Amino acid sequence: MLTLLLLGIPFLAALILFAPKDRGWKNLALIFSLVEFVVSLVGFVIYKQNPASELLHFKAVWIKSLGINFDVSINALSLLMILLTTFLIPIIILSTYKKGVKTSNKFLGLILAFQMAVIGVFMANDGFLFYIFWEMTLIPVYLICLLWGGENRSKVTLKFFIYTLIGSLFMLVGLIMLYHHTNVNGLHSWDIQALYAAGRSLDFAQQGLIFWFIFIAFAVKIPIFPFHTWQPDTYVDAPIQGTMILSGIMLKMATFGAIKWLLPMVPLGVQEWGTTVMVLAIIGIVYTSIIALGQNEYKRFNAYISLAHVAVIAAAIFSGTHQGIQGSIMLMLAHGINTVGLFFISEILFRKTGTTMMDEMGGIRQQNGNFSTLFLIIVLGVVALPLTSGFIGEFLSLVGIYQFNPYFAAVAGLSIIFGAVYMLRIFQKIMLGESKNENFVFGKLEPSENIVLIIISIAIIGLGVYPAILNDIAEIAAYEALLNIK
Amino acid sequence: MIGLIIIIGLGILAMISEIFNFKKLLHPIVLVGVIAAGTFNLIEWNQPVKIQYFDNMLAFDRPALAFSTVILFVALLWFTLSRTYFKNGGHLVDQYTLVLFMMVGAIILTAFTNMTTLFLGIEIMSIPLYVLAASKKGDPASNEAGFKYLLMGAFASSFLLFGIALVYGATASFDLVTIQNFIATNQANLPNFFYVGVVFILVAMLFKISVAPFHFWAPDVYEGSPTVITALMSTIVKIAGIAAFLDLFIGSFQDVSFLWIKIISVIAAISLVVANVTAGVQTSVKRMLAFSSVSHATFMLLAILANLAYNVSVETLLYYSLSYAMASLIAFGILDLVKHDEGYSFKSFNGLYVRNPFLAISMTIAMLSLAGIPLASGFFAKYFVLSSLFDSGYIYLNVLAIISAVIGACFYFKVIIAMYNGDSENRAKIQVETAQGVVFAICTGVIIVLGAFPGLIVELF
Repeated sequence: MLTLLLLGIPFLAALILFAPKDRGWKNLALIFSLVEFVVSLVGFVIYKQNPASELLHFKAVWIKSLGINFDVSINALSLLMILLTTFLIPIIILSTYKKGVKTSNKFLGLILAFQMAVIGVFMANDGFLFYIFWEMTLIPVYLICLLWGGENRSKVTLKFFIYTLIGSLFMLVGLIMLYHHTNVNGLHSWDIQALYAAGRSLDFAQQGLIFWFIFIAFAVKIPIFPFHTWQPDTYVDAPIQGTMILSGIMLKMATFGAIKWLLPMVPLGVQEWGTTVMVLAIIGIVYTSIIALGQNEYKRFNAYISLAHVAVIAAAIFSGTHQGIQGSIMLMLAHGINTVGLFFISEILFRKTGTTMMDEMGGIRQQNGNFSTLFLIIVLGVVALPLTSGFIGEFLSLVGIYQFNPYFAAVAGLSIIFGAVYMLRIFQKIMLGESKNENFVFGKLEPSENIVLIIISIAIIGLGVYPAILNDIAEIAAYEALLNIK
Repeated sequence: MIGLIIIIGLGILAMISEIFNFKKLLHPIVLVGVIAAGTFNLIEWNQPVKIQYFDNMLAFDRPALAFSTVILFVALLWFTLSRTYFKNGGHLVDQYTLVLFMMVGAIILTAFTNMTTLFLGIEIMSIPLYVLAASKKGDPASNEAGFKYLLMGAFASSFLLFGIALVYGATASFDLVTIQNFIATNQANLPNFFYVGVVFILVAMLFKISVAPFHFWAPDVYEGSPTVITALMSTIVKIAGIAAFLDLFIGSFQDVSFLWIKIISVIAAISLVVANVTAGVQTSVKRMLAFSSVSHATFMLLAILANLAYNVSVETLLYYSLSYAMASLIAFGILDLVKHDEGYSFKSFNGLYVRNPFLAISMTIAMLSLAGIPLASGFFAKYFVLSSLFDSGYIYLNVLAIISAVIGACFYFKVIIAMYNGDSENRAKIQVETAQGVVFAICTGVIIVLGAFPGLIVELF
């Protein structure tokens, strides 16, 4: 029942917010999202006590003749992803709190509608349901980017939409192919276990084919080089909340999908093509890091470093090792928190300095030391310094990659060096030195902004100092993922 | 059957309404009549046996009743929607009569069991349409549309007749069941001209449902005709055409499927590419919708190509046609409301969200459905087709269908982008009559409900 509650709360909130009259009910949206967070914490507690609790599972027949069930449940992996989502959404809603800026109800409603869909993705245990929720996430994000985006939004969002639509349709083909190989009492079924069994019963070549059909959807969303070209443009042109959703939550759908749906479903396909994917991801790490070094626009810079980090996640997942997967899960959590912080800062910077170019900033630390400190914490989290959130994930990921192939790990390990270089460089550029404009006044942050940054900083440090609280679950998740393979 | 008789009665009533001077009552009478016909269809649904009429010329079995009920449902919505057009345009009586007789033809096409009733159905349906297409007398485009439709339609009809004659020559019967049995028993020694006949019939039917390369009339006719009539063409005519197609090819000519399957698979491949690519470059929304209707007809054709059990095909096509008809009614209905000075260009949708949010949301859902985005019924419609294609092993055609569906999504999204994005300065709000609003709401509702619970239709039989 808890699962239905998790889906129902944001859905209800979205319905209320879509009411015709626009009253700017920010608080309502925030309260709903906080309630959702509390519910997910309750789920966490229940899971800790009894992972098999009936509260965490729900199953009902949806379309009988096609073997489609409305089957949602929470396991270790989905629990972590849900916690990440429910933690980030209130922050994203809070980031719209600004004096004198009216936020449309519809905007908040779309955010909550997205939340419902994405939680559905994380909980679905039925291939068809998974696909439906997967596509449903696209519409709110598309509308958010289209209606509230920057100058080139029509073009950019259409590109984003087409990329992801092509990807997900190929995934549908792959799933349908598997569906036709399922056999549960003589009938086809979309049940995840049936799909697993069907996938493993196939031969080498067929598994490879299905691997690519499904992988393309994930590769576009993660995005893995060379499927990434939509990403920087979209991140730059989307409204800041849209970018946070895209980078903080949406791309986790794909990495999540790879662990839950791809690895156990076509193990031979992964064996055959996993190395290729890792090579692509590692190329991506180096390539995007180098591009990031040359960026001067803060938001675009963030887009590229986000690419570099998710490439590490992807490489770790496809290493297929226990540590690799566990590390990638931890890195997903850390990346979600860090990237939301970085993009949130981009908006503050733009509002205060009136520019997005890092060359024109500088000297902010002298004017607002608190802001500078909070920014530094986030920067260190991205660098993955020990005792910050990123460390354990990055470390385990690299261990996993090392176990697979030491040379890969050597190249992928460059990400740590690159990360330190570009992050400290931008910190220096933006915060230190002298202000470029003598009359420049940075001023204080608004209370809501302070709250957001402090929460994020606490999360970064908390997760770094005591990762065990989530790491235990990530370990179970990695174990479950590999259990299904071997 | 009673439904069909009621519609015929309504047609006659509409003709005499001007003489006996109850013109004003005609609209409510027609609505009540259509509802009554639908109700009788539902009553007949529960009668266990297939009932044959007129010496086995027509038979209303469950698929026939289902298709004709869908036709009646669409007609009900259409009459409500087009009320305003006729109020302003005059000639209500003539055009209602023509539409009602067109419906008679359409219903016959869902229920024919004989080649003669097939031909009669097609002619009864098409001839009023030729007139309706040209009903805007002062408009050259409308005249051109009517004339083009008449010429091409007559051409197709002659193909159909010739095909029927050849099939008759080989099998010595017009009766579909007899033909089917004859083919089954004499499979080895059918004369060559029998195959020629089947191909001729195939071509005529492809023409009627406008699949490329037999689609050239469609864009011009769709664009030239008054928009309400175009709505009729892309809904009722399509449904009837596809139902007839299904009866002929999954029914009678099932045993010579080796012949038509190759032809249809090539034509479907061509049509998918041609329709979607051409639709993508259109500047007029109406023309774009015309090509989109070609694309959707092709998808329906793919369901026939999959060549599964009759019941499965019926369910798939019923679902597809209902879903397409709903989205199509919304699209053409709203197109008629928004076009003013810019004609039918995408610009006329600019800022619709500001001008009338309700229309914009309905249109968005319709476009999402046409594009095949989940939880709109159009997604399941495409899904059922693709899934049955898989069952029959057409993997490459499937991939092609998916690629063209993505191309299709692009031009539907052009409309959506315009509605939310385009500048809308100096534009008045659009007023919608209550009746029209209700129709849009019903169509939107059906799209969403069918999208959430496709089992309502696909578990019908």
